[in-house]
Amino acid sequence: MLSCVDLHKSFDSVVALNGVALSFARGEVCAVIGPNGAGKTTLLNVLTGFIRADRGRCLLGTWDITALAPHRIALKGVSRTFQDLRLVKQLSVLDNVLLAFKPQMGESLWRALSRVGLSDQAAALRVRAAEVLSELRLSEHKHQPAGDLSYGQQKLLTIATCVATGANVLLLDEPFSGVDPGTRELVVKLIDTFRQKSKTVVFVEHDIDAVRRVADRVIAMSQGTVIADGAPEEILSRSEILESYL
Amino acid sequence: MEYVIHILIVIVIYATLALSLDLIVGHTGILSVAHAGYFGIGAYVVAVLSTRLGIHSILTLTTAAGLGALASLAVSLPALRLREDYFVIATFGFQIIFSNVLNNWVPLTRGPLGIPGIPEFTLFGVRIASQGGLLCLAGFVALVALAIVYALLHSPFGRVLHGIREDEVLMESYGKNVLRFKILTFAVSAAIASTAGGVYAVYLAFIDPTSFTVMDSILMISMVIIGGAGSLLGPPLGAALLVLLPELMRFLGLPPSASANVRQIVYGLMLVVVIALRPTGLVGAYKVGR
Repeated sequence: MLSCVDLHKSFDSVVALNGVALSFARGEVCAVIGPNGAGKTTLLNVLTGFIRADRGRCLLGTWDITALAPHRIALKGVSRTFQDLRLVKQLSVLDNVLLAFKPQMGESLWRALSRVGLSDQAAALRVRAAEVLSELRLSEHKHQPAGDLSYGQQKLLTIATCVATGANVLLLDEPFSGVDPGTRELVVKLIDTFRQKSKTVVFVEHDIDAVRRVADRVIAMSQGTVIADGAPEEILSRSEILESYL
Repeated sequence: MEYVIHILIVIVIYATLALSLDLIVGHTGILSVAHAGYFGIGAYVVAVLSTRLGIHSILTLTTAAGLGALASLAVSLPALRLREDYFVIATFGFQIIFSNVLNNWVPLTRGPLGIPGIPEFTLFGVRIASQGGLLCLAGFVALVALAIVYALLHSPFGRVLHGIREDEVLMESYGKNVLRFKILTFAVSAAIASTAGGVYAVYLAFIDPTSFTVMDSILMISMVIIGGAGSLLGPPLGAALLVLLPELMRFLGLPPSASANVRQIVYGLMLVVVIALRPTGLVGAYKVGR
């Protein structure tokens, strides 16, 4: 589904990615672990086009997405969350979800001005947004500004916006960090749902218990290279990885 | 009464300008100091087409809007890819070039002499010559501008603009072509400003380069910031305040040589006070430059 070949990326003298080659299958839930500076977030940034690799290629199926702009990669079905919570905090929870839906009729200048056919689509999107928010137990907050939600709820909302994009590949940057146990359970359940829907999930995480619970596969990175790749029970039983890379 | 209507017409024209500038400054988060340039393009298009070619009034105004939008591409296509502060510098460059063109392309603009004798506006054969008629014309253009801005902001297009204002990276990750949205919004804003420029030219019947300088751009930004960016009411309110202020100062009895300088000082003070005490402006929702 999503793969990369021989990815290299350096920031001045710091090597962030050094010949990374990975492939993620449809319906696979894959955790990327490693210490700070291992290159995990850089990998997500390169896969989503926010950082251009110095060398190597990224493929989505047979499409070469290496040189595509981030919005074009997103339109091809790769969605992501960010380590720092990114939401439009002044807008309502509902508007944040509505924003994330794929290009809408009303996003054309002409349609926005003429209003032709807008109301039908707007009503349909509101129904879909309500479903997404209900799934994440955010329905009662839908009219609140996103910035007024608790940290855990904002984290859920970032995942909700990811879901709303309708992407088949979801790249989540630390979805379990800083959330309360209830939210954590909800995120675990959500990722299970993604798997059932055959979506590919790649998530960067430091929370080893969460990785054990949801991942089908674990990739350990260090200094820009993949140092281990396999089943969670295999990778997470290696003491040198547990001690050094989490 | 004539004086009051004159002030009202100027307020309405500047309110239209401030409203159009706020579309990019307050709603999209892009600061531009080229707005007086687009205002000037509209004024000169109407002046040149009506005095030299005798083209019909409505056609001159629509051409002004179209050329204003087209001219916006000269800035937005190359410069909107730049980081925010570099974009401001690029718009400053455009504004300076535009002022130089007005002063030096004498065969077309008559340079510093300006263009006199701009004909009265005619609508379906009816001459709009009275001040009341011109107030209606300016008011109609302002209402159309308001309707356009309102329709844009209350649509998915406007929601994306607010998203861009808050976080461009996030919008890219949602699949929004941020550059496209910015270019289109800049074009709409410039088209409205150019139309307002056309009305200004028709109203005064004479234009020269002194009304379309970088200082005028800064005045328009001040209107947006003082009134309140990111709201429909704020920019027109700011325009009204900054148009009325110098008129009120007339009653202070300052000598003519000092009044212009005092006016600039008062504008500056107002900006500083508003930014310090109420960063979102009098009725605004967005703090410019945060």
